[in-house]
Amino acid sequence: MIVSTLTIVLVILLIWSVYYGRNIVRTEKTDAVFGNPSRALRGWHWVIAGATSIMLLWFYFSWDIARAFIPTSGNELCQVAKLNRAVNPIRANFPLDNRLLRGTLLLQRDKEQIQLLQQQLDKMNFAPDESPELRSIIKAMDGVLTAQTDPAKIDPQIVAQFDNIAMRISYLVDQMSVPNYPGKPDFTEQAQAMKQSDWGAGTIELPVLPMTDRGRKFAAASLVMHQIAKDYMAIRNNGATITKQLAEIRTRYQNFVVRPVEDAAIMAQHKRFIRQIDKIYKRIDDGKIFPPGLTQAVEAALIRLDQEQHRQQGTLFYIDALIMPGGTIMAGNSACSEQGAGRWLPKPSDTFKTFLRLADPAVGYKGTPLLWYEMRPVAEIVAWVIPDWLPELMPGEYPRHNSQGIIVNNIKSKTYNFATGNYNSLSVPFPIGHIWDSVVRVLAGLLLGIIFGVPLGLFMGLSRFAKGYFDPLIELYRPVPPLAWAPLVLTIFGIHDDGKIFLLFMVAFAIMVISARTGATGTQLSKVHAAHSLGASNWQILRQVILPNSLPEILTGIRIAIGVCWGTLVAAEMLAGTTGIGFIENVARKQSDYEIIWVTIILLGVLGLLFDLIMRWVIARAIPWRGKG
Amino acid sequence: MSHLVADKLNMRFTTPAGATVHALQDISFTLSKGELLSVLGPSGCGKTTLLNIIAGFLRPTSGRLQLDENEINGPGVDRGMVFQQGALFEWLTVAENVNFGLRMKKFPPVQTAKKVTEWLEIVGLQGFGDTPTYQLSGGMQQRIALARCLINDPDLILMDEPLGALDALTREKMQSLILKIWQETGKTIMIITHSVEEALLLGERLFVMAPRPGRLHHQYRLPFAAQGISRDLREIKNTPDFTSTREEILSMIWNMEAEIMGKANMA
Repeated sequence: MIVSTLTIVLVILLIWSVYYGRNIVRTEKTDAVFGNPSRALRGWHWVIAGATSIMLLWFYFSWDIARAFIPTSGNELCQVAKLNRAVNPIRANFPLDNRLLRGTLLLQRDKEQIQLLQQQLDKMNFAPDESPELRSIIKAMDGVLTAQTDPAKIDPQIVAQFDNIAMRISYLVDQMSVPNYPGKPDFTEQAQAMKQSDWGAGTIELPVLPMTDRGRKFAAASLVMHQIAKDYMAIRNNGATITKQLAEIRTRYQNFVVRPVEDAAIMAQHKRFIRQIDKIYKRIDDGKIFPPGLTQAVEAALIRLDQEQHRQQGTLFYIDALIMPGGTIMAGNSACSEQGAGRWLPKPSDTFKTFLRLADPAVGYKGTPLLWYEMRPVAEIVAWVIPDWLPELMPGEYPRHNSQGIIVNNIKSKTYNFATGNYNSLSVPFPIGHIWDSVVRVLAGLLLGIIFGVPLGLFMGLSRFAKGYFDPLIELYRPVPPLAWAPLVLTIFGIHDDGKIFLLFMVAFAIMVISARTGATGTQLSKVHAAHSLGASNWQILRQVILPNSLPEILTGIRIAIGVCWGTLVAAEMLAGTTGIGFIENVARKQSDYEIIWVTIILLGVLGLLFDLIMRWVIARAIPWRGKG
Repeated sequence: MSHLVADKLNMRFTTPAGATVHALQDISFTLSKGELLSVLGPSGCGKTTLLNIIAGFLRPTSGRLQLDENEINGPGVDRGMVFQQGALFEWLTVAENVNFGLRMKKFPPVQTAKKVTEWLEIVGLQGFGDTPTYQLSGGMQQRIALARCLINDPDLILMDEPLGALDALTREKMQSLILKIWQETGKTIMIITHSVEEALLLGERLFVMAPRPGRLHHQYRLPFAAQGISRDLREIKNTPDFTSTREEILSMIWNMEAEIMGKANMA
């Protein structure tokens, strides 16, 4: 219901925005010249058109539209799939979906093998009295093969079997065309079918029992067809004459004793040759090659079944072809499943449900919520700021227990408790969760990169020594992809936050150094001169002129660094760790849980976009003079 | 008593190719307190180099340079500077730009705010204090640069083609403004320009410099600046005195240019 409403809204929005856009073009007669860049300005309605197009494509290719608008089609196509599955063993023998008749294919292969054996025989160095016997055996096999395709030599019983199959298929076709086939539904059967969960709602993908009359027709036909196929598969071209001939051949090559030869390699070759004969013999013994005209009645019946099936499917055929793109519904032993783009592209509605499930702080993912809060004592939160060596500065020694087994705290142990946050304090809500962890890592790495990178970059932009001295350091590590450093960094700093933050720091640091350096290098000399003659000291010039003058480059650097850090973080979280969005995606990948993978992808995209929007806003606020100087 | 004393200033550069450029040769002059000096010359004659040396941004290869009997040894607050493009700080508002020098000296903000308002009024920018500088026209920006320099109360004001980037109308207004400020404050001002008219109007004294090596070619004492305080500038430009001096200097510069071209052709 929600999906179908949403789809209609999206379609209306798409049509409206395109119409609105066309209208603007028609009314806007000024500067209607190709190549005028101002024609790319504005146009938010095209943003709507683009966004709705993407959403509609997603809804369409994941079959969410099909499921929302025609919910019964899945169940009905499941029944059709059952019939297809039942008829397939027979169908595969005929040139309906393949190029060649199965018998033709087998004959071609066997003849080629026999020919090959004959050619090999001359190079095999068998004794002069051995070769003719083997040649005769091979020739006899060839003879049987030819006899199998001869209508005059076919056993009449086999002909009757084929006629029986063709007749049964035809009968099934006739019955299917009867409107009320297979009769009134059994009450318990129907109750059971109606009790099934909807498409995509339960643990199985599609309800497997037929729920509609059309579905029951196909389900019933599939049961009949299943038996026919079983009987068809049992037919073998093994009439009395052929069986006798085959038995004779078998005795001959089984009695053939390979004579010992001194060379072990040749001996092994000879034995292998006999095994080859055995292999081909078994193929011919299968008896799946028949005279060409014999199976024609079955083929004609199959074509009739095909036509009838198509007629009975009616609209289902078009539903399958049009709104279930990229595949169809297939039947398995006990269930039906979607075999299309939905394998890797889950439905938006299912993805959203998965997101809601993960977002529930009581559920989360692997015991951690996506984003939630917990009450934490202030002491614990601020403890990491207070250095742990603080108590060492206090006089005296840590207390020891006395003879009564009591430990009396002194100034040293009290300071230690203070530094480690081990005292009673107010509890405040503190954010936790996968998203929080990822964001904190990125921001921490970025902040460190800014704190260390910007001063060094400015220094490098202003001093020949600094530029030359630090350039090799930065230019040697910067071109290495951050992930190439990851194994090393994670080994040194551990798989916890330290390692990831350091990795992100490395990424952000190089970008910040380079952007701050570019900014400082770009300072107009006249501004520095002006500041000098206005009495500014060196430090004031750095702080009041060079830093603000480099701000555009620095902020652009931060914007780039956030993006790169975000990308690196996810990859680093995939390597190691137990929280973070990258961690979720990595676990979901191992379980092939595409819904969760898509949830993480969308989360990453939205958060990345959010970072960028914030940076754009900051840039617009902080450096309004950019491009106007 | 002389205010600014230049004694045999020499400036030589070595280009990366190894050639020696004699940018200034034996420049000697004195400037009294309250004098208005304009410096004129074809491009490449070392005008800006001379100004940068006086400002303290460059150190001369040899020679002595004194301001009020103090050796000039690096940039200082006693010499204010106005640049061709204003060199304003875009990240600051108009008032903050004007206030920059006082803020660097950590003057109390209440005091400086009053002074800033005064100076904005003098240069005709009252009410623009909170405007960002990048929203103003070139002429207005140059007024800010002037106020920013003057608020520091320098002994000597150095102007490097301050009106070069302005349109003719704005330029004339600014010329009047400079003359007005010169008269009211009694500051010593040194203006570099490439416009002969401007040099005549804004120069109580005028140096014409010659290139290769850069040297003082000719000195004039002119009446026009003093006249310009009370009379309309356009009127002065039309006096026969003004036109004849202009023609004289123009032909002098043309000859210099021809000489340079000739040298270049021979080389």
